[in-house]
Amino acid sequence: MNASTPKERRIILKHADDPKYSNQIGCYLREGGYESLKKAFSMKPDEVGEEVLKSGVRGRGGAGFPAGMKWKFLDRKSGKPIYLICNADESEPGTFKDRQIMYKDPHQLIEGMMIAAFAIGAKQAFIYIRAEFHEGARILDRAIIEAKKAGFCGDQILGTDYSCNLVVHRGAGAYICGEETGLIESLEGKRPNPRIKPPYFPAVLGLYQCPTIVNNVETLCNVRHIIEMGGEEFSKIGKPNNTGTRIWCVSGQVMNPGYYEFECGSLTLGQMIFDVCGGLQPGRSLKAVIPGGSSAKVLRADERFTGSLKDGTEFDWGLEDIPLDFDGPMSAGSMSGSGGIIVMDDTVDIVEAMANVNAFYAHESCGQCTPCREGSLWMRKISQRMCSGGAREEDADLLLSVAKQIEGRTICAFGEAAAWPTQSFVTKFKDDFIRKATDSQKDRDPKSLQLI
Amino acid sequence: MISPEKEEFVVITLNGTEVEVPNGINAVEAAALHGKEVPHYCYHPKLSIAGNCRMCLVEMGTPMRDRATGEPILEDNGGPKIGWVPKPVIGCATNVSPGMHIRTESDLVNECREGIMEFLLVNHPLDCPICDQAGECRLQEFATDYGRGYSRYIERKNVKPKRTRLGPRVTLDDERCILCSRCIRFSQEVAKDDVLGFVDRGSFSTLTCFPGKELANNYSLNTVDICPVGALTSTDFRFKMRVWFLKESKSICSESSSGCNTLVSSREGVIQRITPRRNDLVNDTWMTDSGRELYKSVQSEDRIRRPSADGSDLPLEDAISRAFETLKEKKLGLVANCRSTLEEQFLTQRLAELTDAKVFIRGHFGEDDGILLSADRTPNLRGALVAGLTNQYPAEHLNELNQSISDGEIDALLVIGEDLLESGITQENLDKISLVFMGTTQNSSSSSANVVLPGLSVFEKSGSFINRSFLLQCFDQAIPGPAGLLSECKILSKLVNLFSNETKVLSELHDVWQAMSSMEDSVLSGIEFSEIKKGAVQLDGSKWKHLSFVEKEALHHKPMDLITA
Repeated sequence: MNASTPKERRIILKHADDPKYSNQIGCYLREGGYESLKKAFSMKPDEVGEEVLKSGVRGRGGAGFPAGMKWKFLDRKSGKPIYLICNADESEPGTFKDRQIMYKDPHQLIEGMMIAAFAIGAKQAFIYIRAEFHEGARILDRAIIEAKKAGFCGDQILGTDYSCNLVVHRGAGAYICGEETGLIESLEGKRPNPRIKPPYFPAVLGLYQCPTIVNNVETLCNVRHIIEMGGEEFSKIGKPNNTGTRIWCVSGQVMNPGYYEFECGSLTLGQMIFDVCGGLQPGRSLKAVIPGGSSAKVLRADERFTGSLKDGTEFDWGLEDIPLDFDGPMSAGSMSGSGGIIVMDDTVDIVEAMANVNAFYAHESCGQCTPCREGSLWMRKISQRMCSGGAREEDADLLLSVAKQIEGRTICAFGEAAAWPTQSFVTKFKDDFIRKATDSQKDRDPKSLQLI
Repeated sequence: MISPEKEEFVVITLNGTEVEVPNGINAVEAAALHGKEVPHYCYHPKLSIAGNCRMCLVEMGTPMRDRATGEPILEDNGGPKIGWVPKPVIGCATNVSPGMHIRTESDLVNECREGIMEFLLVNHPLDCPICDQAGECRLQEFATDYGRGYSRYIERKNVKPKRTRLGPRVTLDDERCILCSRCIRFSQEVAKDDVLGFVDRGSFSTLTCFPGKELANNYSLNTVDICPVGALTSTDFRFKMRVWFLKESKSICSESSSGCNTLVSSREGVIQRITPRRNDLVNDTWMTDSGRELYKSVQSEDRIRRPSADGSDLPLEDAISRAFETLKEKKLGLVANCRSTLEEQFLTQRLAELTDAKVFIRGHFGEDDGILLSADRTPNLRGALVAGLTNQYPAEHLNELNQSISDGEIDALLVIGEDLLESGITQENLDKISLVFMGTTQNSSSSSANVVLPGLSVFEKSGSFINRSFLLQCFDQAIPGPAGLLSECKILSKLVNLFSNETKVLSELHDVWQAMSSMEDSVLSGIEFSEIKKGAVQLDGSKWKHLSFVEKEALHHKPMDLITA
């Protein structure tokens, strides 16, 4: 490993790979667990919220919105009950961090949630867990029973007047259940059709039309550490506006794929791929990287990224120079999303890769609003045709046009999630798309297609 | 007459022009008020907002304010600086506020519409020439108005179920469905019968009934009306008639006292279907399925088509003279009808006054569904009150009349429409008296009658009804009646002339109205005929509030004791 590459700093996943550590409450208490909860309960709820705001922690679910700010938007005047929901529907292809947390250290999440619930005044909290995480739901259920017995959750937490019930709700097996308002609909027992905003902002009209906060697993775990070290102190980890650590999930064609927790901005994409993950397989070269889960725009290995950051500093990056935080991939025209880095080397057929992504989004579109419903399937049909010998030269432009007709015109962000991959793949690898057409014209037996 | 309340207005800028619109309405309605169409599919003014079709995307901006001070930020020219929302917004979920800017005609908006139209059509069958919706299809209309006009789609289209039976009256073609969810929301919100939903996801989403359920409620055909495409069709009407051949006449449903506003569609004197007509005071845009069936009575087997006296047919003029002969100088009773029009009831009352006849009237009652089928199954019971035919609430029987005949107080009877045996008159009594019957269908009264005067159905004449909320509404003739017949109004007016020896004929509706509105001490005083032609007129019903009306609280109707409480 290169000497200049920083070491991992594990806060959330501190005990994840410790063979002496299990996901039972004994281990958690031994390592100082639920002390933050006690500390939080010695404060006023507003002060807890203030610490989280001061910490500058940004949501780890994908959009990167400051969590403390989200809590501020909560409608407290309505007098309706307030709900806290943990979004554990982790379904973005390329992302697998929340699963590690819940399977290996569930009490960390419970503690974070109880602190958050206390801060926002929720009497009922939910963990909406992805349907496929059978084991995770079982682990969390057991952990909640343990925590209830020990008085960290449920009735009269820590002997105070404050009670907050916590239940695990198994998801409905769809990507869209991870969309905030789709999740709320699903939790209410309906199809997870995302709601229109306005007027259904969860902080005002969320679960059962009551004010609701939905936070990602990693975000809620961070709350525990913010209270432990104080918001001020937490904000010193990482970089300004990119505080704390982030868990990066690296998959694809690297030697050592896996999850890695680093301080925000402490290393670059190149260091991650070539040092931390052991580089590519011998003899291969890097072709493209998706930096933040499948919905993020793809970055081409030989691209140059120039511009100026928010603080005014000019940058001129190659792919490998992009700092791994929130703003780095954003400045490079993509996003850090949920931290799923997908690495593709030169053996990848880029059209097939896009076809794969498109197939996913066509399958997962809820079907509620027109552009996403029809556009995602259309893009899938075009890209599959291209990969089956029926590519035309005009398909690249058609794909771009279809994607443009989806982006920004849908009810939820799924529209962008479906459109961005296509837009970036086609724009950045247009030659591959054109070649697909010309090659397929050349190789195709004119009679073969008609026989289908 | 009671005047409606005034609305509050705000000024918005629509495509660069300042216009006044009622506060709080959405951008689609606001633009429509000023002649700008914002195309839409899922939005329906009487249903909740779904926002899923994305056809009504518009550009929207609001005056910017300084975050710290709250002061408006101004442009160099002193006007307010507008903060345009970076993405297009859906007009249906955008409610106007003072100073809001809306663009419905920009390049971006046009591009959005082209895109949505293209998406809606990629998996939609392009077979308009054989589609039943053609001519009243929003998809067809907006495709020509806002679409690109050519196709870029070469893939295979999705295949979905065709000709699915959703219920006894509704057939679904899933391939045509654009998943706007209007029918689902209608079933949940208006019909209160939650049976429809989508299964599968993405572009494969399919409208269907929940397992073991069917769309069988009495409002199911409204889903056909609000379906913007040819997906939901009326099993009765589908593929019977091209809609552009239909003549539409404004009518009022005579099924019950709710007084639904309807459109009667006919071609060459034959009614093809009845659909609801929007009236926000009465039925919004809905009506019952049972009300749509009523037109079938026009062609029914038991329809009386010819005047007759003592069993033999004769011309109407002669039949009227025979009726006069039968009734004159007798102890006359008069059975009026709550299904008659207000004008007919007025003339009936005039006749009763002239002949010193005793007036009897009965009600027809059923279950109240709390929506648009009210417990009073006659359209014009309140008309009978207003016309002065009775000042008591009609009972379901005519026992008093039976008694009067038994006691010999009555030996001749003019019956309008009612079935006397069914009303509690004994056959023995029926045989005792001279009987003139005027009505559209055969019953025990017509078969015992000395003279039968055929009437016209509600579709074959004009007139007005007073509904359960004392709204006076008029309806137009939709089709001509059978040859040689006259409306009840004209027959009654001729009888009035015969009994009074007058020659002035109150045969036209406006003549009748002139007489009605010049009555003193009537809730109709001063109402012009031209006024009721324009729209519903709210009458003051407080004079009758002591009567125990049977209608329950329902859509746009509050019983009078609830209003005063």
